[in-house]
Amino acid sequence: MREVSVDRIREEVKRLCIEGAYILEEDVQSALKSAFEREVSPMGREVLTQIIKNYEIALDGVLPMCQDTGIAVVFVEVGRDVRLDGSLEDAINQGVREGYGEGYLRKSVCHPLTRQNTGDNTPAVIHTRITEGDRVKIKVALKGAGSENKSSLKMLNPTAGVEAIKEFVTDTVREAGGSVCPPIVVGVGIGGDFEKSAILSKEAILRPIGRPHQDETIAGLEEELLEEVNKLGIGPMGFGGTVTALAVHIEVYPCHIASLPVSVNIQCHADRHKEVVI
Amino acid sequence: MRGSFRRVDYPRKKGSLGIMAFRKITPPLTDEVVEGLRAGDKVLITGTLYAARDQAHKRMSELLERGEPLPFDIEGQIVYYVGPTPPREGMVIGSAGPTTSSRMDEFTPALLDAGLKATIGKGARSDEVKEALERFRAVYFVSVGGAGALLSKRIKKAEVVAYPELGTEAIRRLEVEEFPVIVAYDMYGGDLFKEGVEKYRRV
Ligand code: SF4
Repeated sequence: MREVSVDRIREEVKRLCIEGAYILEEDVQSALKSAFEREVSPMGREVLTQIIKNYEIALDGVLPMCQDTGIAVVFVEVGRDVRLDGSLEDAINQGVREGYGEGYLRKSVCHPLTRQNTGDNTPAVIHTRITEGDRVKIKVALKGAGSENKSSLKMLNPTAGVEAIKEFVTDTVREAGGSVCPPIVVGVGIGGDFEKSAILSKEAILRPIGRPHQDETIAGLEEELLEEVNKLGIGPMGFGGTVTALAVHIEVYPCHIASLPVSVNIQCHADRHKEVVI
Repeated sequence: MRGSFRRVDYPRKKGSLGIMAFRKITPPLTDEVVEGLRAGDKVLITGTLYAARDQAHKRMSELLERGEPLPFDIEGQIVYYVGPTPPREGMVIGSAGPTTSSRMDEFTPALLDAGLKATIGKGARSDEVKEALERFRAVYFVSVGGAGALLSKRIKKAEVVAYPELGTEAIRRLEVEEFPVIVAYDMYGGDLFKEGVEKYRRV
């Protein structure tokens, strides 16, 4: 057994929240830079120029890259040989509380009906999994509402096939248009059941840009879908252009013979994801 | 943590925002100014903006329904849909980019009727809003979503004018300098989203 203190987890979550809001990961920086080089539309290039300047300003650590610093979504994998000395969820939420406070981030979490703000951006959305080994892996995404709101889930007919999946993905992106702050990353979860497909689609956006799916067929589908999404012409901020998406990421899971759940999670260009292994 | 992060190199252009020419305007906006704006124009605003979003809109529309005055003189003004991050010490405002405009659609025609001349947000809006822009001779601007840090630097003053209890959603008076926006809808029915996407769509 390896002891891991929950205090360490709190500290790491706090750090990931703050760094997430200020430091755009290099995979996204590179993708935006190459989008600028590829984009044909002058208005699209203007928008990308501002987006790139913006994240560079944020790198100074004074102003968060986007005012919607999101709800914290935390995926945590705990090795079965790890012994924690306290509550994992409490530690994560405390880390979020401190990160959003000390990082001058916006507190955007409220009661769903009364709309009363919780005041400290907690609770986080936490997905926990027990894995092999003696490590704790934490992934944090700061998920803004503008793009999350245009995500979608559909229970397709099992005989509908790949074409129907593609159509659903492109329809969702078309419907989302410019309000989701394109260029976007499209996360697609195929299979599992209702909620599993949604979780897969969220995990898909957490995968770094430029790392295709390990299965060749699925990697091929990612590429095809990226091309189709970019043919929509939505472009940066929806003003028309050749770069609508930076990447399409797909995750799959076996499902019931009678169903084909598909979820599409949309991630804006403020693609804030960080991870750490303890 | 200032200045300690790695950057990906990027070809910089000289000049403030780089690429295209911007027109300059100052509110309160007259009909003549609005008449001169076309979808796709790049504009720099210097002067006052009023920050208001979801809950503030709900409250303002209730005031209008009851025939009561709004918390600020709306004649010729520009409303910016924004909910900033908290400012650090010595700063006037935190990160301050636009939020999705369509959530304010149901409240917008009444505010245009009351004298509002322009709104700033992101994303497409309803047909009702477009019709109201034509009817009341007004425009809809978009600022670049997710560019909250860059836009914050163009805000020189910020002061809460109503509903402080709404926190980030309170109504604020902002003094801005060369605040960059793009005309998305003009008063002639011009629609940059439609026209732009038409041009680049390949399906
Ligand atoms: S969609 Fe993303 S980039 Fe745009 S405002 Fe929301 S969080 Fe920021």
